[in-house]
Amino acid sequence: MINIVNLHAEVEEKKILKGLNLNVKAGEIHAIMGPNGSGKSTLASILAGKEDYTVTEGNVEFDGKDLLELSTEDRARQGLFLAFQYPIEIPGVSNVNFLKSALNEIREYRGEQPISAKDFLALVKEKSALVELDSKLASRSVNEGFSGGEKKRNEIFQMAMLNPKLAILDETDSGLDIDALRIVANGVNKLRSPKNAAIIITHYQRLLDYIIPDFVHVLYDGKIVKSGGKELALELEEKGYDWIKEELASNAD
Amino acid sequence: MSNYTENDLEKDLQNQEYKYGFVTNIESDKISVGLNEDIIRLISSKKEEPNWMLDYRLKAFAVWQTMTEPEWGHVHYEKPKFDEIAYYSAPKQSKKYESWEDVDPEMKATMKKLGISMEEQMRLTGVAVDFVMDSVSVATSFKSKLSELGIIFCSFSEAVKEHPELVQKYMGTVIPTSDNFYAALNSAVFTDGSFCYIPKGVRCPMELSTYFRINEGGTGQFERTLVIADEGAYVSYLEGCTAPQRDENQLHAAVVELIALENAEIKYSTVQNWYPGDKNGLGGIYNFVTKRGICERKSKISWTQVETGSAVTWKYPSCILKGDYSIGEFYSVAVTNNYQQADTGTKMIHLGKNTKSTIISKGISAGKSQNSYRGLVQIHKNAKNARNFSQCDSLLMGDTCGAHTFPYIECKNPSAKIEHEATTSKIGEDQLFYCKQRGLSEEKAISLIVNGYCKEVLNQLPMEFAVEAQKLLAISLEGSVG
Ligand SMILES: Nc1ncnc2c1ncn2[C@@H]1O[C@H](COP(=O)(O)OP(=O)(O)OP(=O)(O)O)[C@@H](O)[C@H]1O
Ligand SMILES: [Mg+2]
Repeated sequence: MINIVNLHAEVEEKKILKGLNLNVKAGEIHAIMGPNGSGKSTLASILAGKEDYTVTEGNVEFDGKDLLELSTEDRARQGLFLAFQYPIEIPGVSNVNFLKSALNEIREYRGEQPISAKDFLALVKEKSALVELDSKLASRSVNEGFSGGEKKRNEIFQMAMLNPKLAILDETDSGLDIDALRIVANGVNKLRSPKNAAIIITHYQRLLDYIIPDFVHVLYDGKIVKSGGKELALELEEKGYDWIKEELASNAD
Repeated sequence: MSNYTENDLEKDLQNQEYKYGFVTNIESDKISVGLNEDIIRLISSKKEEPNWMLDYRLKAFAVWQTMTEPEWGHVHYEKPKFDEIAYYSAPKQSKKYESWEDVDPEMKATMKKLGISMEEQMRLTGVAVDFVMDSVSVATSFKSKLSELGIIFCSFSEAVKEHPELVQKYMGTVIPTSDNFYAALNSAVFTDGSFCYIPKGVRCPMELSTYFRINEGGTGQFERTLVIADEGAYVSYLEGCTAPQRDENQLHAAVVELIALENAEIKYSTVQNWYPGDKNGLGGIYNFVTKRGICERKSKISWTQVETGSAVTWKYPSCILKGDYSIGEFYSVAVTNNYQQADTGTKMIHLGKNTKSTIISKGISAGKSQNSYRGLVQIHKNAKNARNFSQCDSLLMGDTCGAHTFPYIECKNPSAKIEHEATTSKIGEDQLFYCKQRGLSEEKAISLIVNGYCKEVLNQLPMEFAVEAQKLLAISLEGSVG
C-alpha cells in the first residue's frame, strides 16, 4: 500500500525526519508511538502533502505511484486520508456541504458521476450512525465550536464518508472520553478490510486494546528505531521510552 | 509535487479576465457630449417630460454647479471630466416592443450572455424583470399580474408621465438634490430607472427585479430608482448588473430612494458586477451611488449588497429611522481585487424611539486592492432605547491589499445600546490544506471558505439571487485554473 524508504525531511533548516523506513501492506494496521516532538505529525503531514516541509532524501511509493510527485488533493483523491491531530474550523461551511463537495471532486477525478442527493443523504445517515455522530453536528459548520472530542469524532465520520485506501490517524484518541474512544475505535474496525490499511499515531496503548494493530513502531528522533507486535505497546506503556533510548545509546557505542 | 501557493493564487487572481466583457452592437441614439442647461432641456424634451420635471432638473443643476466633488473617501482616481460625458443614450428603436417575441434578437443574445435568459425567468421563476439596456427600459413583464393588485412597477420615465402625483410627492424627499455632488448631478441629468409603488396592505407576491447594464462607451449612466411601500405593504426588490469591458472609465452615479410608510417593509438586494478594470487598473466603472431609505413607524428597510465589480465604489445605502419602533438593516459583502477600490458602508440615523439597526459587513480584499468599510451610527436626542449592532469583518488574501474600517458613532441619548465588533483575518494556509486533504481543489476550497465567510449576508438574499452571488464571488476570487 505505502512504502516509505529512507525519508529525510526538514523545515526551516531544522532536520526532523532522518532516514525513516516504513512499509504498510493492504489489510494491515500499523501503530506509531514515540515521545513528543519525535516527528510523528511531521510524517503524517508530509505524506498528506503539506508544503511547509522539504523532503531532502528518500522516496515514498503509494499504491504503485510516486506519492511525493502528487499534489495534496490528488493524494486525497487517490485514497489517502489524514485525520488531523488538530482539526481545522471552517466557519459558515456546513459539514455536509463540505463533504458533498469533497466527495464529488473525488468522484470526478475517478471519472464517476456526482452522487445524487438521495444517495448522499443515505450515506450521511449510515456513516454518522457508525460513529454515533449527533445529526446536528453533520449540518453545523465544519468543526466550528465543536468540542475537542466532537472534532475527533468528526474526523472519523469524514473518513467513513470518503472511504480511503490508507487512513492516517494522528492522535485521534487524545481528548476522547472512554465511551467515545470505544465508538471511534469501533468505527475504524468496521472500515477495516483486506483492501485498505491504516497508520495509527498514538501515545496510549489503550486505543490499541480496541484497534488491534499488526505492527507497533517506535519513532524517535526522526527514525523508526524499534518495531514489534502489539505487545510492544504494552511494554512501552509499562516502561516508557528510556529503555529504548538506552538501547540505542549502547548500540551506538 | 505541485507547489501551488498563496502567491500563485494571487497571480491567478490578477490574471483573471472579466467574464462579462463584450459589447452589443445595437445602434445608439446618443446626445453629443457636455453638460449645460441646453443639454438638460434636450434630455427632458427627448423624454417628453412635463415642466415640473424640467424645473426639478434645472434647480438640481444650479445646485450641482456650486458643489465640489467629495474627497474624503479612501479612494484615489482620476476625476471624471464632466464635460466629456454623453449624458443620454438610448438604443435606437423606432417602436416599442409589443411582446417578448418582438425584442431584438441581439438584445436577447446579450441577456443570454449575462446568464439572465428572459424566457426562462418569465416562465419559471416568477420574477418580473424590468430590463434596462443603457437608459431606456426595453422589456417589462408580469405587468398585468402586478396591476391587478394595484402595484405599479415601471420605468421612471413612464412613472413621470403616468403617475406624476406619486413621483412629485416622494421624489427627492429622502435624498434632496443638494444632498451631495453625485446626487445633485443625477437629479439634473438622470435618464431612466425604475419606479415601484405597493399600495396599502399589499404584499407583493414576487421579487421585483431590474437588471442594469451600461452598454455605450463614454456614456455616463444616471439611474433613478424610487420605491414606495405604502402602509402595511411588503416588497422585495432585486437589482443586479454587469457591464461590457471598456478601457475608458465610465461614471455611474445612481440615486435610489426607498420610502417605507407605517408598518411597511422593503427588502432591497443588489448584486453588482460592473467591469472592474483590467489587472493593471486600467478602465473600469466608477460607481458613485447614493442610496437611502426612510422608515416610518414600525416599518423596516433592509439593504443587502454583494459588490464585486467597479474600479472605484463609493456607496453607503442608509436608513433614516424616523418612526418609533422602526428597523434598519445593512448586510454587505464587498470584494476587491487587482487595483479595485471600494469605500462602502452605511449610515443608520436613529430619530425615533425604540429604533433598531443591524450592520453586517464582510470585506474581502485581494491583489493590490483597497477595501474600506465606512459606517455611521447616529442616535438623536429623542431616540430613546435605540439599539445598534455592528459587525465588520475583513478577509485578506495576500499581503499587497488593504482593508480599513472607519466606524463613526454619534450618540445623543444615554439609553442607547450600541455594540460594535470587528475582525480581520487571512485565508488560512491551514484551512486550505485541510480542504485539499479532503480532495478539494484550491479553487473549490477558496470558494467554499469565502462563501462560508459571507454566509450571514448571502442568507439574506432571495434564493436565485444567492446562487448568482455565490458564482460571482467565486469568479471574482478564484484563479483562472482548471
Ligand atoms: N512548521 C514547523 N516549524 C518549525 N518546527 C517544526 C514545524 N513542524 C514541526 N516542527 C518541529 O519538529 C519536531 C517534530 O514535531 P511533530 O509535530 O512531528 O512531533 P510529534 O511527534 O507529532 O509530537 P507530539 O507527540 O507532541 O504530537 C518538533 O520539534 C517541532 O517543534
Ligand atoms: Mg503530533
